[in-house]
Order: sequence, then C-alpha cells, then structure tokens
Amino acid sequence: MKRVGVFLCWCGSNIAGTVDVSRVAEKVRLLPGVVYVEENKYTCSEPGQASIMKAIKEHDLERVVVASCSPRLHEPTFRRTLEAAGMNPYHLEMANIREHCSWVHTDREEATAKAFDIVRMAVAKALRNEALQPGRISIEKKALVLGGGIAGIQAALDIADAGHQVILVEREPTIGGRMAQFDKTFPTLDCSSCILTPKMVDCAKHPNITLYTYSELEKVEGYIGNFNVTIRKKARGVDEALCTGCGLCQTKCPVKVDSEFDVGVGKRKAIYTPFPQAVPNKPVIDKENCRYHKTGKCRICERVCEAKAIRFDQEDTIFEEKVGAIVVATGFDLFDLEAYGEYGYGLYPDVISSLQFERLINASGPTEGKIRRPSDQEVPQSVAFVLCVGSRDDQKGVSYCSRACCMYSVKHATQYREKVKDGRAFVFYMDIRTPGKAYEEFYRRSSVDYGVEYIRGRPSKIYQKGKKLVVRAEDTLLGRPVEVEVDMVVLAPAMVPKHDAARMAQTLGVSYDGYGFLNEAHPKLRPVETNTAGIYLAGACQGPKDIPDTVAQASAAGAKVVALFSQDELTTEPMVARVDEALCSGCLWCKPVCPYKAIEAKTVTERVAGRTVTREVASVNVGLCQGCGACTVACRDGAMNLAGYTNDQVLAEVDDLLADLRPACGQR
Amino acid sequence: MTEEPLRYAYYPGCSLHSTAREYDLSMKVVARAAGVELLEIPDWNCCGASSAHVTDPFLGFALPGRVLALAEEMGLDVVAPCAACYGRLAAAREEAARHPDYVRRLEKATGRRLSGSSRVWNVLEWLSQERVSAAVREALKRPLEGLAVAPYYGCLLVRPPKVTRFDDPERPVTMDRILETIGAVPVDFAFKTECCGASLGISRTDLVSELSGRILAAAADAGAEAVAVACPLCQTNLDSRQEAAGLRQGRTFDLPVYYITQLVGLALGASARELGLGRHLVDAMSLLREKKLA
Repeated sequence: MKRVGVFLCWCGSNIAGTVDVSRVAEKVRLLPGVVYVEENKYTCSEPGQASIMKAIKEHDLERVVVASCSPRLHEPTFRRTLEAAGMNPYHLEMANIREHCSWVHTDREEATAKAFDIVRMAVAKALRNEALQPGRISIEKKALVLGGGIAGIQAALDIADAGHQVILVEREPTIGGRMAQFDKTFPTLDCSSCILTPKMVDCAKHPNITLYTYSELEKVEGYIGNFNVTIRKKARGVDEALCTGCGLCQTKCPVKVDSEFDVGVGKRKAIYTPFPQAVPNKPVIDKENCRYHKTGKCRICERVCEAKAIRFDQEDTIFEEKVGAIVVATGFDLFDLEAYGEYGYGLYPDVISSLQFERLINASGPTEGKIRRPSDQEVPQSVAFVLCVGSRDDQKGVSYCSRACCMYSVKHATQYREKVKDGRAFVFYMDIRTPGKAYEEFYRRSSVDYGVEYIRGRPSKIYQKGKKLVVRAEDTLLGRPVEVEVDMVVLAPAMVPKHDAARMAQTLGVSYDGYGFLNEAHPKLRPVETNTAGIYLAGACQGPKDIPDTVAQASAAGAKVVALFSQDELTTEPMVARVDEALCSGCLWCKPVCPYKAIEAKTVTERVAGRTVTREVASVNVGLCQGCGACTVACRDGAMNLAGYTNDQVLAEVDDLLADLRPACGQR
Repeated sequence: MTEEPLRYAYYPGCSLHSTAREYDLSMKVVARAAGVELLEIPDWNCCGASSAHVTDPFLGFALPGRVLALAEEMGLDVVAPCAACYGRLAAAREEAARHPDYVRRLEKATGRRLSGSSRVWNVLEWLSQERVSAAVREALKRPLEGLAVAPYYGCLLVRPPKVTRFDDPERPVTMDRILETIGAVPVDFAFKTECCGASLGISRTDLVSELSGRILAAAADAGAEAVAVACPLCQTNLDSRQEAAGLRQGRTFDLPVYYITQLVGLALGASARELGLGRHLVDAMSLLREKKLA
C-alpha cells in the first residue's frame, strides 16, 4: 500500500470555526495507508508548503492529500509544491472541506463528521492516483480577431506590435465600429474619430495585420494553438486592387437610401463607403438597392470609374486560415426602442435614439454638427434625455444596467448646452451612475457649469402636443408628477448582444449567458478568457462597456494571446479522457455529450479469432478535451476513462464512504 | 352549408342594465345583425368592481368566479361589454389558475364547479374576431364615411397586460381597425389608454374633469369629431364632464361619446332609437345628421 500523508488546513477560522480539525486528524490517522497527518493554520502559506515538502522527504510519502479549500483555488499551488519536492504533481489529492463543508454548515458535530468523510474519500482515491505526464502541442503563432471596432482594432494592434501575424475580420465594409459613429468621448470630450482613425490607419498599414472587411466567419475547427477557420469574403462589387477610392462612383450613383452609419438620420448611395475616413476607403455595392442589380439598367458607376474597378458579377470568396488564438470582439446592438409604445419612437419623428443624436452632433454627420430636429430641421430649444430605455427593466427590457448610457447622456446634454446656448436640457434618470475616473466630476460640471436639469424619474409617457413633445414622469425626489414640454427627446437604449451573438458563440464553441453575451471564464480572475482554451473576449460582446473599459479589455486579451505565443509548444493538461479500444463497442454515445467536440469515430483493424476485423471506436482529441468527464458517464462499456478521475478511483471513493455508512447512520 | 351560429354567454353587469342601457341595446342590435346569439347568464351577480377586490382578495375573486362558473355550466365563452366587468372576470380566471385554494373555497361556498374552461371576451375582441367582423362587413348598410372618431380604449381593456393579453397596452389598434371596417376614420391620438378618472367621478369630480378633459382635448386637437368608447364608466365621464373640462381649459368641447357598438349598429342600418342614441348628455344626433348618417 502506498504511503499517504494528509495535511489538514484550518484556513484560519474559515474551516476550524465549524470543523473540529484536530478530531478529524485523530480519525484520519487510523485510515489504511495514512502514515503521516499534520494540521496547519494556513497550508497554502509558505511555511505550510514547506512543511509538506519536509514531510514528503522525512516520511517517504508517495501520495499527498491536502484537506483545505476548493481545488479550483489551490490545486495548482500544491501540485507545484509536490513537483518541487520531486514528486509527480498528480499524486496530489485535494479534499474540499471548506466550500463543500465548513462554509455551508453550521452544526459543528455534523460538519466534523462530514469533513472526515470527505478526507477519507480523498485518501481512498489518492491510493489509486497514477503519475500523469502533460502532453505537448504546437502553436500556430497567428491570431484571428473577429470584429473591427475599437476592441478588435486595439487587440489586433497589440498582438501585431508584439511581432505576431493577425487576421482582422470585419463584417461591415469598413473597420471602426461604433466608435466611428460617435462625435466626442466622455469624460475628456476628445473627438472620437480623431483618436480612432489613426488606429484604423495603423491597422491597415501594419505589416503584421491582414484586414478582411465585408467578411464573416463561417466555421471554426480545431483547438488552442491549432484552429482552422473558414472566412467568407462577401462580394464588394468592386475590385479592391484597382479602386483608388476617388469617390466619383458615389457622387454619381442615382440611388439614395437611409444610411446605416447615420442610423437613419442621413442618406447614402447604393454604392458607398459608410463614412469619409473608412478603412479601407473602397466602396461596396449594396445589391438590394443598386438600380442595375434591380432593373438590369444603369451602370453609371461603371461608366464613371476611371480605374475600371466596378465588378457587378463579383462573387463571394471563401478561404481557410490556420490560427493559434482567436479574439472575439463582435460588439453589441441597441435595444429596439419601439418596444416602449408609450415613448412614441418610430411614431414621433423628434423622438430619436442616443446614437442618432450622436450623428446629429457629429461635425461629419448629416447636419454637419448642427443640432436640428428631424421633423422640421429646426434647432430644438429644449431637449429631454431619457435614460434606461430597456435597461434595468424586467417588464419590457433587460434586467442589467448598460453602464455607458448615464455618461454619454451627460455628455450629450453638455454638448447640447454648448451648441445651443439658451436651450434647456433635461435628463430623466433613475440613478446617475458615474463609476470611472473623472466621471463624477464630468457629471457635476454638466449640472453646475452647463445648467443641465436633472429630474429623477422614469417617464411614463411621451406625447406630441402641437410642435412640442410632452414628457410625463414622476419626479421621485419631489414625490409629484411632472410634465415637461420639449422640442426633441433622446432615448438612451439598452446595449444588447449582437442579434446573432448566440449563433456566433455556437460557431466558436464558447458559452453565452441568458441574454446572449459571451461568458468569460471567471468574472473576476479570468475576465478576458473563455472556457474554451485559445479563445478570448474583448469589448461589449462580453457585456455592456464604455470605451476605456473596452480598450483595457482588448489590450488584456492581446496580452493573453501574446503570452500564449511566447511559448513554442503548449503543455496540455493530462487529465483528459482516454478510450480503452478493446472495450469500446463503437456506439459513440460519448460523441454528442462532449461539449468540446473532442470525440470522433475512428476505424481500427484487429485480428479476432484468426480473422481481420475492421470496426469503429471512439477517439479523443486530447487538444480539444477539457477533462469534464461527460463521456465517461455516457459510456455504456466503461471504456472511457478520465485520467486522474478513473472509474476505478471514483468507485474507490464511493466504496470507502459506503463501507461503514450504515453503522454510522445507526449511531447517529 | 350553414354554420353553427356563434353563441356566447352574455354578462351585461350592472351598468348595462342601468346607466348604460344604450350599450346593452346596441350590443344586441349588432349581435342580431351579425348572427350571433347572446344568452344572458341566468342569475348573474355583481362583478365586484372595484369595492370587492380592494376590500378582500377572496371576495374579489369569488364574485366574478361565480359568474365564470355559471358560464361554464352553459358551456360557453363570456362576452363582458363593460371594461371593469371584463377586467374582473379575466383576473378571476387568472387567479383560479394560480390559487387552487381559492377555487376550492369558491366551489364549497357556491356548490358550483370552476375549471377555467370559459374564455372571457371584451367587446373589441368579440367584434374583431373573424366571423363577427366578416358578418359586419357583409351586413354593412351605411358606412360612416367621413366621420372622424377618436378610439378611446381606457385603462382597463389593456391592463394589466399579463391578465388581459389584449393588444399593445400602450398603442392598441383593435378599435381603430373596427372603425375602419365600418367606414369611419379612426383618429390616432396619444391618450388612447389614459385614465378618465374612473369612479372618482362620484367623489372627486374636479379630478375627473381634469383627466377626462385631457383626453377630450387630445382627441379634439387630433381632429376627432367624436369619441368611441368600450366602457360605461369612460362613457359617463367623457360625456358628462365636457362643460367642466371646457371651463378648466378655457375652451368648449362638443364631442359626442359613442359606444363602439352604437357606431357599428349605425353602420349596419339600425335606427337612432334602437341604439339609444337619445340617452347621451352631449347631443349624439346633430353630428350624425350633419354627416347624413342618421
């Protein structure tokens, strides 16, 4: 029998407050195989770890059980301790007597009894622990960045600057994303495009970045270090190599439609670049509105193009790339404001969204920065800004706070007061949330220096009265109803996941929450990683964010990719599923239950009773396997085993627990 | 091939037997013309609005609950033209599903079974269902051409949305569509579902003059010549407070307030007398005569 050492942790009073650790130690001493037992106030501390190493040497320990907290917290710590003491790190077994015991119980007697049960199971398992060796896989040092907004741009630049190849894929005809639509940015009021466009140009010019705009991700296969991605480059209708970006085609195109970039408050042509600083500065033909595509007649753009770059018959191209890491930076959509019938968005022309207002105050927007209301192009003498339209509303919207709306609405009100000197700005709010550097000061200034009027109350109705709009709310500070007549209303819509976020997540094989935001691996400690190794998150695809937070997260994701690429090979976790091909009947029930698509069928040829037989068995891709164990449960033949958690080990734990459970029950 | 006639359990409630007789009359005119049988629920009782449900939750459930049980015995869905009755019956149906203990108490007290099998229809739902609206379209004799009517839904038909599950609670359109069907011009206005002041019409007439006045002003400013309603209390408040509301706002209101069924009946060729058009406070006839509709 192997020699087992057991280290019981008090975790200060975290464990010892509820569990009588010394009594557990007394009983553990009598367990078969246990040759050494020690208690520590903090086993994870340096002296705690040192005493483990000392005991390993002095008592010739072959297996170590640490009874402390969750293995999620300190298993890596103690594995390193074992390694430092010259043992195989997988000879460690953790018994979780904190999260699974002391923290969730109050009765000291029962908690102590349970703690002992947990430790004895760990000992039973540890006796059967095998030495495991990590595997190695190669890394393709090229990254794919999905989405060319500020998040994707920042991540791409950071990775490229570190000397690695980056493929930046953007769905729209240009990179720039939402930030390109904004006028100024809070709280410093620097011009959004002035700080963004240099980065866009850097992206286009960077020797390490390959830009694919008007392109979409079709398929992802493979695993960390070795992804195979399929990208569809949509037909632009323009030969990018020949086009000089002169813009003549756009000037001459006879078809005018609502501009997506101007969110309906401006127009564009059927052949267009979304905005003057677009990168690349090459137009696309919008086939749905193009007169030639619709009627077979026109071809004006083709006639005026001196570079002969128009290609009406161009087709989508599909190609594959191999990458080692993926950064998802696909951004967000805005809540559908028409869900609030009482606000009249879509009914009253002067009820607009914050993004539309952003276009109205933008110097390169449809009104050249002059605030004019859509109905009659007059300068509104009063504007109401309504916060939380969709946000923090369980009834009609989403439960969460969209985080950026308070600040950009404060900015809008300030900008409006700057541009319309004697105009009045009202902000209807539930709470003004300003948790950022220099945010609160910015908010205060809007009220003290710019005279923005804040009314605490969520409007119940907005209606038209002549040329005015009336906003009705309860002023919850005064406790009475208010009605304010204004010339224009700006609604701040909730930030919601991209309409196809769930499909994107499924393509990538990453998890997403109930709303459709992509899930980080840990909300605090692993905020830019997903649960799928090698795929990272940046920006609002993970949750609502403002620009500073987005850029910080994008650089963090970039750093993660660079750290990954700093190695030549990747160490893989050895706790992966293994198939005993002799037992496997090839039913492949394991395949659909695998969340990581790590199991495939494989054909084996063997000689049975003198004949050569070919049959199918399951095969695990160890690069994809995350060791969850779902397949071992599904396996009817017991052929699937998870290294470090074999059926044998798990059953040993159960047997040990049940061995004297019946008499124990009688005593209790 | 003749279809089975549509039959409904008819729940007039107290109003339609008293202050809103013309609603009752016009309901029956429309039903007859559309080939629908309305069978008044025998031995029906008060729906409880609003005193019962603000006094005792069980009583608030039990009164409309008994009416539903009676309708179930007839094996028919219920039409409740009064918006308050409709609201109470619909709420009781919801509560029956959520509170089995209420149902047990009710069954013990009344000796009747309540399973929730009878659906509750408000007058707009009832008029806009396929067969009724097709029958109306077919029997149309006198389309109300050129009559600009503000469809006023009131608060109870659409709220609470989880109970009524009827139309968009903020921008309903069902009555607009019915008005279009009979040839009238529905006038979109922002106060379709605002409160008229409801039963405060007895205790706080000043408030009702204010609230109903806003609705009348919004309708008139939007170009309406008349208001259509589907609730006896809305009709009473809007019809009876026009002078007081006018005084408050320094203007004069002269908007006849019709029940939607009166307008439908009119389009189907019924006479003013049959529809009780003489029972209004604001003269309901002059406008119709002016438009050559009566």
